[in-house]
Amino acid sequence: MSAGKNLHPGINLGHSDPAGHHQAEPVMFGFWIFLMSDLVLFALLLATYSAMSVHGVAGGPEPRDVTDLASAGIETALLLLSSFTIGMASLANKYHDDGRRLLQWLGLTAVLGIGFLAMEARDFASLIAEGAVPQRSGFLSAHFTLLGCHALHVAAGLLWMAVLVLQLMATGLERALRLRFMRLALFWHMLDIVWVAILTFVFLYGAAG
Amino acid sequence: MNDEDLPQSEREDPRREFRHILMGLASASVLTALAFFLAVAKPLATGWLLAALGGLALVQIAAQFRFFLHVDLKKSHRDDLQLVLFAGLVIALMVGGSIWILFNQHARMG
Amino acid sequence: MSEELLYWLAGDLRWSDFPPKADMIATIAALIVVAGAIGVVATLTIARRWRWLFDNWLSSLDHKKIGIMYMVLAFVMLLRAVIEAVLMRIQQALSVNAQGVVSADHFAQLFSTHGTIMIFFVAMPFISGLINYVMPLQIGARDLTFPFMNAVGLWLSAAGAAILMASLVIGEFSTGGWSGYPPFTELAYSPGEGVDYWIWAVTLSSIGTTLTGINFATTIYKERCEGMHLFRMPLFCWTSLCTAILMIFAMPPLTVATALLALDRYAGFHFFTNGAGGNMMNYANLFWLFGHPEVYILILPAFGVWSEVISTFSGKRLYGYASMVFAVMCIAVLSFTVWLHHFFTMGQSTNVNAVFGIATMLIGIPTGVKVYDWLLTMYRGRIRLTAPMLFAMTFLLCFVIGGLTGIILANPPVDFQVHNSLFLVAHFHNMLIPGTLFGMIAGYMFWFPKAFGFRLDERWGRIAWACWSGGFLAAFMPLYWLGLMGMMRRTAISFEAAYQPWLNAAWAGAALIVCGIVALGIQLVVSVRRRSDLAVPVGDPWDGHSLEWWTPAPPPEYNFARRPRIEDTEAFTNAKRDGRAYHAPPSYEDIEVPRNTLIPAGIGAAGFVCAFALSWHIWWAALLGLAAMWAGVVLRSLQGDTERVIPAAEVQRQNEAWLDCARQTAPVTRFAEVERINRGRAMETT
Repeated sequence: MSAGKNLHPGINLGHSDPAGHHQAEPVMFGFWIFLMSDLVLFALLLATYSAMSVHGVAGGPEPRDVTDLASAGIETALLLLSSFTIGMASLANKYHDDGRRLLQWLGLTAVLGIGFLAMEARDFASLIAEGAVPQRSGFLSAHFTLLGCHALHVAAGLLWMAVLVLQLMATGLERALRLRFMRLALFWHMLDIVWVAILTFVFLYGAAG
Repeated sequence: MNDEDLPQSEREDPRREFRHILMGLASASVLTALAFFLAVAKPLATGWLLAALGGLALVQIAAQFRFFLHVDLKKSHRDDLQLVLFAGLVIALMVGGSIWILFNQHARMG
Repeated sequence: MSEELLYWLAGDLRWSDFPPKADMIATIAALIVVAGAIGVVATLTIARRWRWLFDNWLSSLDHKKIGIMYMVLAFVMLLRAVIEAVLMRIQQALSVNAQGVVSADHFAQLFSTHGTIMIFFVAMPFISGLINYVMPLQIGARDLTFPFMNAVGLWLSAAGAAILMASLVIGEFSTGGWSGYPPFTELAYSPGEGVDYWIWAVTLSSIGTTLTGINFATTIYKERCEGMHLFRMPLFCWTSLCTAILMIFAMPPLTVATALLALDRYAGFHFFTNGAGGNMMNYANLFWLFGHPEVYILILPAFGVWSEVISTFSGKRLYGYASMVFAVMCIAVLSFTVWLHHFFTMGQSTNVNAVFGIATMLIGIPTGVKVYDWLLTMYRGRIRLTAPMLFAMTFLLCFVIGGLTGIILANPPVDFQVHNSLFLVAHFHNMLIPGTLFGMIAGYMFWFPKAFGFRLDERWGRIAWACWSGGFLAAFMPLYWLGLMGMMRRTAISFEAAYQPWLNAAWAGAALIVCGIVALGIQLVVSVRRRSDLAVPVGDPWDGHSLEWWTPAPPPEYNFARRPRIEDTEAFTNAKRDGRAYHAPPSYEDIEVPRNTLIPAGIGAAGFVCAFALSWHIWWAALLGLAAMWAGVVLRSLQGDTERVIPAAEVQRQNEAWLDCARQTAPVTRFAEVERINRGRAMETT
């Protein structure tokens, strides 16, 4: 816990906007704390899932019955690529004054994010069609809740992105907006990290276990 | 704090950051592919397989923190590193403890 | 109107859910709430204070005003929760082989609301309020990092409290206790709106608290004044930081627990149900993952208050500062390792119990360090037994007793004997009343002159202390004995005549506690009337050590005309000793403060609508409330001009007026601090 002045991590504004850089420090740190709090929430859903996927099957479908690795693979690819594109958007946000390049990368991210959500919706629909509804067993409750919570976060991120893009079109890339795009990028990267855990402990464990 | 106060290695640089993002994408792709291979081909016994998958996930999470979120050992990122590590500790306690308790209770009901 | 249309419009809400109620006492309670609300509205209207209320308070983003509003919320809710406690004491005393005064169902509502209110809507607002007011002043900051989010946190908590008040009038509250264990709280056994009220009230409070915790931690990390290294912070800031960290990491488990319970109840999921693979024990696990850190959220700020109070009124530097800090940090980390001791009896193996039992006992070590440090702070100090210090004495004595019974309970074999008995009830009240509640009362008395510019009446403060201390001992010591005799908690009717004398004593104690509350009320009224006699405009009535005393009382909205630069924890003490406490700064500058806005209060109101509608299944209103909350957030992001500039000349005028006042005020010695001559300037001792 050093007492000196510290930068916030990662995506700094140092070059194009020193004053904004200073202002960014507490804002970004606060958002980091929120992300950690959110991470604990996912961790507990995952812990609940891991117990229920073993104890809560109640004679219904087991993890291996609801695991579609091909679909999970496509979802992973979409989300990973979107992490890359939002990283590129962050670079544009940081080093370029005009918002066009930023918008292009964000557009790509949004397409990938929507694709991800569409794939998940398809997974859910096929499970429900097979009668594997969340009301069937504790395991399925946990499965739908964990994935649903993540999907809700992705959807919230997309909605947030839309609001910021509208603001960008209205006001141009001003300082407060740059900071918001930086936070959106952090949020998005974090969702990808959560997905790594979900992919492993839900889908890959489901296929391997 | 101005950039001038930082050592050369901690200055901001678009090309270096771009490289980071590329490395993030590459490492994540490789690790994910490896994990999928393990899950599909099942070259190991189940216990080892699950452990290997879990290990790969941890490595990938660390890599994504490093390359996408830029959390590293640099002095300027110390506050955030501490925060992430403390969150990691809390998560380990909560998740590890929960799983221990719930599986223990379940085993005794069997 | 068709039944379907009615459901679409009003959900499950019907005229029969409104008063009068079947139970006489419940009807009276509902009428008191309604009359109270009408009374407040009428008073504000007659006094023409609506505009004042909105402009100065409800729309304020000033951390000091938000802190005060938190405290007001806490006091109002305290009043209700104590009345409920007295009712429960009366019931138990009159129901030995008899019916008592309330039905079993009503009794269950009483202990559920009492616990929920005391934890979420008394203790938490008290803590958030006190930290809000004091911490930024102590670290030399102008405000919290996120003033808007701070206000949102306040109004979400207030919305949760409002749900509790609404439940007294419309429908019924949960009978599932403050911890809401399933399967009892599942739809099959608690079909009404009660558990839903509980879920959403707690969820609102939990979200508000998470936001507040993020704010406190960021502020302490990033807004300290120059020279204020972490290890130069006053101890209250350290405990605030650790509390904030606990809030950040301990609230998610609660959110998960209540959200999953809500999914069970609303969507037919099977997280905690009896059948279909549900696991109710996971609820206990999740709830106490929150619940145990929560008790340290409640106690740590009080530790901070005690450190400040004991050090100030002993006229000494805090003994063992570093050991205090490490003890707080140890407690904060250890608090994440002990949650299982709340359910030793749930059937896990001995080894699991042993590990958590040992971890629990370990917490006694850092806590013991703190007790010794407080004692050694007083040792050879020049102690003044003012009202806050008297509360500190009661705290030290009772807290050690409570701590020792905690160590007893940490033994799983002992816990099996007294689990869920009144012994447990006595133990946690023994920690939370002398610890948290007395800490908050002492903090209120200690910092009141800073907030309002006049001291509280000392005589009534002492009377309040005597009533609270005596009342606490009389009300809770018998419960230890009753627990050992076998009386279980939450018992509406008992059949053992031997309980009677002890229950009578506990009832008398509860009555004495009510006297304590009345004394606090009288103290406030008397002090407001005598405010010119008690005024301390210079702002340092107790010869304080830390930066908050280095401002006028009340402080200006920007806190410091010039943010201080410090070289030591007790910077103000040093400045007084060197005779430079009231020197003018070399120059002044423009200061930006956040503009007022009503959006946070709007978000709180929308949160209330959403929670209320969810409890009654009025889906359209729930959606509307949720959308309005997010609309408030988006609306805020569109506001461009959120800061207001106070020009340097104005800052200079205000500051020099204060400095003039200080120079013209005769300093008083510490021992005259409760006399009329104390105008807030302490003698500069060497």
